[in-house]
Amino acid sequence: MYDITVIGAGITGTFIARELSKYDLNILLLDKENDVANGTTKANSAIVHAGYDAAEGTLKAKFNVRGNEMFDEICRDLDVPFKRVGSLVTAFNHEEMETIRCLYQRGITNGVPDMKIINQEEIMELEGNIKEDIQGALYAKTGGIVGPWELAIALAENAVENGVELQLNRPVTAIKKGEEGYRITAGNSTYKTKIIINCAGVYADQIDQMINEKTFEILPNRGEYNLFDKSMGNLVNTVVFGCPSAAGKGTVILPTVHGNLLLGPTAEPIDNKEDTRTTFEGLTTINDHARDTLKQIGFSEVITSFSGIRAKVETKDFIIEKAAGKEDFINVAGIDSPGLTAAPAIAEYVTEMAKESAASMGMSFNKKETFNNRRTPSIHFMELSRKEQEGLIEKDSRFGRVICRCENITEGEIVDVINRKAGATTLDGVKRRARPGSGRCQGGFCAPRVMEILARELNVEMKDVLKDGLGSYILTEQTK
Amino acid sequence: MLNYEIVVIGGGPAGLAAAIEAKKNGAKDILVLERDMELGGILQQCIHNGFGLHVFKEELTGPEYAERFIQELKDMGIEYKLDTMVLEVSRDKKIRAMNREEGILNIHAKAVVLAMGCRERTRGAIRIPGTRPAGVMTAGTAQRFVNMEGYMTGKRVLILGSGDIGLIMARRLTLEGAEVLGVAELMPFSGGLNRNIVQCLEDYDIPLYLQHTVVDIEGKDRVEAVTIAQVDDRYKPIKGTEKRFDCDTLLLSVGLIPENELSKSAGITLDRITAGPNVNEAMETSVEGIFACGNVVHVHDLVDWVTEESRKAGRNAARYVSGALKNTGNKISVQGIKGVRYVVPQEIRPENLTGKTEFMMRVDGVYQNVKLVAKIGEEVIRSVKRRHVAPGEMENLMLDLGNIDPKNLNNLTIELVQEEGA
Repeated sequence: MYDITVIGAGITGTFIARELSKYDLNILLLDKENDVANGTTKANSAIVHAGYDAAEGTLKAKFNVRGNEMFDEICRDLDVPFKRVGSLVTAFNHEEMETIRCLYQRGITNGVPDMKIINQEEIMELEGNIKEDIQGALYAKTGGIVGPWELAIALAENAVENGVELQLNRPVTAIKKGEEGYRITAGNSTYKTKIIINCAGVYADQIDQMINEKTFEILPNRGEYNLFDKSMGNLVNTVVFGCPSAAGKGTVILPTVHGNLLLGPTAEPIDNKEDTRTTFEGLTTINDHARDTLKQIGFSEVITSFSGIRAKVETKDFIIEKAAGKEDFINVAGIDSPGLTAAPAIAEYVTEMAKESAASMGMSFNKKETFNNRRTPSIHFMELSRKEQEGLIEKDSRFGRVICRCENITEGEIVDVINRKAGATTLDGVKRRARPGSGRCQGGFCAPRVMEILARELNVEMKDVLKDGLGSYILTEQTK
Repeated sequence: MLNYEIVVIGGGPAGLAAAIEAKKNGAKDILVLERDMELGGILQQCIHNGFGLHVFKEELTGPEYAERFIQELKDMGIEYKLDTMVLEVSRDKKIRAMNREEGILNIHAKAVVLAMGCRERTRGAIRIPGTRPAGVMTAGTAQRFVNMEGYMTGKRVLILGSGDIGLIMARRLTLEGAEVLGVAELMPFSGGLNRNIVQCLEDYDIPLYLQHTVVDIEGKDRVEAVTIAQVDDRYKPIKGTEKRFDCDTLLLSVGLIPENELSKSAGITLDRITAGPNVNEAMETSVEGIFACGNVVHVHDLVDWVTEESRKAGRNAARYVSGALKNTGNKISVQGIKGVRYVVPQEIRPENLTGKTEFMMRVDGVYQNVKLVAKIGEEVIRSVKRRHVAPGEMENLMLDLGNIDPKNLNNLTIELVQEEGA
């Protein structure tokens, strides 16, 4: 019997599981996919928002501002790339100037620190590549960029290091309430738990309705992106938002923590929660925005396009509440933007909710002394000093062997991310953790080598190594 | 710090030929650095034949062609390091490399030959819409899986792009029992060699869809279907012309890109068209003493031409080390115009010319009955008839520049001229 089961190992679920692992509890973290962070968390804008977007008094406003403050510490503890590069909302005409003044006021109400409206000259100092006819911008120093899946993976790893049980490949298909808590059917397994926390992202409504009356529906909304080679990584220094309007929230141009350039997203309601396709129209729209905003950009430097699905709800605010009449079922749903930024604050809040539930159920909920807030540091070979590099190769010669030629990732780093807690089991899993295949050749050269290492480390056959999700086989059979 | 006269970066056909030729021309300490686990480069996965017709006057497979050079290199006692990645090359010819056995290597060379080859253009670079499942890969990666690792990559295959590797793989996968449903090509002509169209597609009844591109990929985990459509003159898909193929694999053969990240780190000037270094008659780049050859300079159609070009680079690297290469006189810039996309070399120093000089180029479209015309200023110095030229086939032109008064030598251009009455 578990005390608490968290369904969904995206950014929200992993943050909550890791927060709960500070307590002496028996915790289960379930996900339907074969890796953590394999839904919306792996395909979003990777922005830590300042907090002026969300309407006053909403949960989004509250948790955005609080969450933003928490990023420095959490990313330091978990060794996750995070840069507080600041953000700009651009205004190219009178109307847009009005909008950014409204955003500024809203930011003040929401409690966002370090904002100011800056003029054309000040913008040029920050962003020399923005077109000269810009009139002004809302500059928020607290805006930042983060590696979203790296963060979720690090949280899962740290949670497991602190005693959380992580079970992947476990799509929840039924939830039954018994005399003593719930029985969850997930994949071929059944789990008993006292409390359920539903963090199932775009599927949160389905999980909720397995046991509760329908009170909300997830309205999947797709956003498409273009990712550019590092040669375009210096086109902007901050997160540059287009001005929001009736037509939409505004497209973003931003550097990533790894030095690439990211453009996106579009916003399009869709029917199918798995429909992560990109479209000619979508990719053209975001490129057009960049062309309108920047003096120069090289569209031939796109290395990949992708899309992610937002879990929107009708009310447009996060749903973080106990299911009607139940102390032991907490919904954390509708976590679209600024969900990534808000996630640490949501985790704090949900943990307090769970604590109250536990108290009402007579369940103990005590801090444990053994909690370790730091995960085993990750290794980024090329960022080490010469001397550290030499030392590492001396200790383990696999650090002397470069597998990914574009990003210069060594075999040692790949082996490390496979053998960690919540480690990689797939080609994309390795890519998300150690980055081989995320460069300009997109794995053309290194995929066979990474697959070979996966097969060896996991003791499986090369042809059973998957690209990503179950069913994403790469090789069909041995040649004759 | 290790010291060598010449360091060759890359042990593929270009690097091998350059190293051997440098040795033959008197260079003593030569080191070849190869990032893969064996010498020979991409030739090792090209198990089809057709290599060596010009260099050896016989038809060899890729590995056989490579083996001749590897054997010669070994016989000559030229040093090489495998599984060794070069991390940085500086203008002053300091090289930082790394491997398992020796860790980080700091090497200083008197001359460097860049022979890193090229990589394949990927899906992202050509913006194919649709999902991102397994089963979409470049033709060269599939070739490596099938020919070297011993695994098939799919059962029902569509190919986008009619570059040579895509054509070769259409045949290869068919022979291995896969069903190749067709090859879609954006342009109105193939990007590959004509002999490959005949021997790899026509002989196996594989349809070639010219002026078509992929407009959708379906399948969440593995490719389930791919839709192609005809494109208009501006390469935009035409509504209503879609053809949907049930398949599990999409191979991409949509172009090769010279791998010049190291060249950039050394501050070498690159040609916008070839995406490789600008080179002179000695295959020397804009940085004195750093030479380049093979697909890192411009993508070749035949390995034989890579070999010839690389021999030139190796020979001149040796001459540079011995001080025989001159660099004091005037320089002539060379340009492809009017139908000629580029010409290599891009610059000539007349003082180093002995005998005829060979120029390599590619044209920008398919033309019949044309002349390749070389001019100095307005004066035609050579005009050669060509019955058929195409972008997929490299053209070459031998010019005797020795007889021309150096004072008159300034700008050399090469252009295509339609033959009168044709």
